[in-house]
Amino acid sequence: MTCKASFVFSDAFLNYHFHSDHPFNQKRVLLAKELLEASDTLSVSDIIEPRMATEEELALFHDKAYINAVKKASIGNLSEEEGLEYGLGTEDTPIFKNMHEASSYLVGGTLAAVDAVLQGNSLHALNLGGGLHHGFKRKASGFCVYNDGAVAIKYIREKYNLRVLYVDTDAHHGDGVQWAFYDDPNVCTFSIHETGRYLFPGTGNVNERGIKEGHGFSFNLPIDAFTEDESFIQVYESAFKEIADFYKPDIIITQNGADAHTHDPLTHLCGTMEIYQRIPELAHELAHQYCDGKWVALGGGGYDIWRVVPRAWSQIWNVMKNSNVKLGSIPESWLSKWQKKAPVTLPTTWQDSENIVPTIPRKAEISEKNYKILLSALKYTKNKI
Amino acid sequence: MQVEKIMNTRVITLSPKATIAEALQLLHEHRIRHIPIINSDRSVIGIVSDRDVRDASPSIFSKDTDQNVLQNEIQSIMSTPVVTVHPLDFVEEIAGIFYEEEFACLPVVSNDKLIGVVTEKDMLHTLIQLTGTNVQSSHIEVKVPHKPGILPEVASIFGKRKTNITSVLVYPYHDDPNYKILVFRIQTMNPMPVIQDIRDEGYELMWPNNIMGPKS
Repeated sequence: MTCKASFVFSDAFLNYHFHSDHPFNQKRVLLAKELLEASDTLSVSDIIEPRMATEEELALFHDKAYINAVKKASIGNLSEEEGLEYGLGTEDTPIFKNMHEASSYLVGGTLAAVDAVLQGNSLHALNLGGGLHHGFKRKASGFCVYNDGAVAIKYIREKYNLRVLYVDTDAHHGDGVQWAFYDDPNVCTFSIHETGRYLFPGTGNVNERGIKEGHGFSFNLPIDAFTEDESFIQVYESAFKEIADFYKPDIIITQNGADAHTHDPLTHLCGTMEIYQRIPELAHELAHQYCDGKWVALGGGGYDIWRVVPRAWSQIWNVMKNSNVKLGSIPESWLSKWQKKAPVTLPTTWQDSENIVPTIPRKAEISEKNYKILLSALKYTKNKI
Repeated sequence: MQVEKIMNTRVITLSPKATIAEALQLLHEHRIRHIPIINSDRSVIGIVSDRDVRDASPSIFSKDTDQNVLQNEIQSIMSTPVVTVHPLDFVEEIAGIFYEEEFACLPVVSNDKLIGVVTEKDMLHTLIQLTGTNVQSSHIEVKVPHKPGILPEVASIFGKRKTNITSVLVYPYHDDPNYKILVFRIQTMNPMPVIQDIRDEGYELMWPNNIMGPKS
C-alpha cells in the first residue's frame, strides 16, 4: 500500500544552529533526507517547502513579550539579564544571529505539514525540522526556542477544531506540549520517556494526568534508565493502542525524537533500530484505524546524528510512503559521501546488530517496573468518554 | 526557611460556642481537615480535626440516631492545649514536631494571636521545592570525601561551565562517615561537558555511572 505523503524540507532548517559544539544539530535532517533520496523513497514531488510562521501564529501559544525578546536576541539587542528571564543565552539555548527567523521556519514547517494533511492534499506529512517540545509559553529551554508542536496544535484547534492526540517518543519528557494543553480535554498528550529521576527535564511522572477539564487527558510512561527494545515496545504499543481507543482522536501528531537509542550520548535508554521501526508502523496503523490516516510526524531530539538519527527518521518516511520500513543495506552512495565527514563508523544496514547493547544485569527488574508503570498510566482509560 | 514563608494565612476558624454541625459543614465546604478554635482575642484555645468531628457524629449504620449531638458546642470535643508554632520558627524544626507528635496541622501564633496554619501538605510541598524536582533539571550525584571545602570545590566546576544549579543536597554515604554524596540538580539538558569536567577532576560519579559497559 502506498499513501499520499508530504515531506517538509528546506535548507533554511539548517539555520537553526546554536554553535558548532552544541549537541542539537539540524544536519540530521539533511542526512535523513539524503539517505531517503539515495534509497529512492523520496522524490522531488514529495517535498513541500516550509513557510515562516507569522508572529500571530507563534502567539497562538507564545507570549508576545517572549516573541519580542527572541526577535531582539536575533539581532543582538537583548541584554544578558533580560535574556535569562526568557531562557535565552543559556548553555542550552544560546543566542544566535537570526534565531527568530530560523525558529519561525521550523514552526512554519510544522504548520505546512498540518495544512498538507488537513486540506486533504496528503494523508501523512513529516517535518523532521520540528518537534521542539521543550519550548515554553514565555521561555526557551532544552535546545528549543519556539514550540512548533504546541503552536501547531493550537492552530489545529482554532482553524480546524479537531481533537488531537499528541504522542511523544523522545527520550526526554514532552513537557512544553503537555503543560500547554494540561487543562484541555480536546488535546490528549502521551509521552514515553526515560524517567525524570536523573534526566532532564525531571517531569513526566505517571501521576501527571492533567487538571480541570483536561484531567485524564495527559498520559506519561516514565520508563527506567537502561530499558531495552522489548520492554520499550511492549509498554509503548499497549499504551498507544489503549489511549487511541479511549480518546478516538481526529488527528495524530507524533514527536519522533530519536534519542532513546543506546548510542545516544545524552540519555540512558538502551533501544536499537527495532524501536524506530515499530514507532512509525504503529502510528501509521492507528492513524488509519482512527483518523482516516491523518498523521503528522515531527522530528525532535537525537544526538547521535550519524549512526542513529538518519536511519531512525528515514524509517518514518518509509512507513508514510510505502507502509513498510526498509531492511537490508544502507545505500553505498550515502555511505561514501558522509563517511568522510563522520567521526564514527556509519552503520551499513538499516537494522542494528544485537551486540551494540550492553548487558544490563537488572533487565528483568526494569521490565517489570516498566510494566507496573504502564498499568498505572492506563488506570483510568477503562472509563470510556 | 521560616514558617511565615510557607504558612496559610487565610485560616478557617470557629468560636468555642459554635456547633459540631457547623464544623462539619466547614470541613466539607473548604476541603480542610483541621479547624483552630479561637476566642474573641484570636487566641487559639483548641483545635478540632475531621476525625474528632467524625467520632462525635452519629454512625451512618445506626438508624433513628439522635441528630441533636451535632448541636453540641465544638468546645466539648476540641483538643486542648494546642501545640502552636511561631512565624519565625524554622521549617525543619516544625518537621520534627510533625514527625514526633503525629499532628497534621499546626496553628501559627504570634503575640498570642492566630496568624496562620501549616499543614503536613505544606511541609511536603516545601520539601519538593527544596529538592528542586519541581523545575526542569538534570540530576548528578558525586561521591566526595567528607572534609571542609569540598562542596565549593565541586560546585565551582558547574560555575566554570556557567551551568545554573537548581538545588544541592548532601546525603550520607551508606554508613561510612568518611564520605558524602552531593546531589546537584542543574538547569541543562546537556550535562555531558560538566560530567566530563567532574571526571577529569578525579571525582567519583554515582550518577551517571559506568557500570553499564559502553554507555557513560
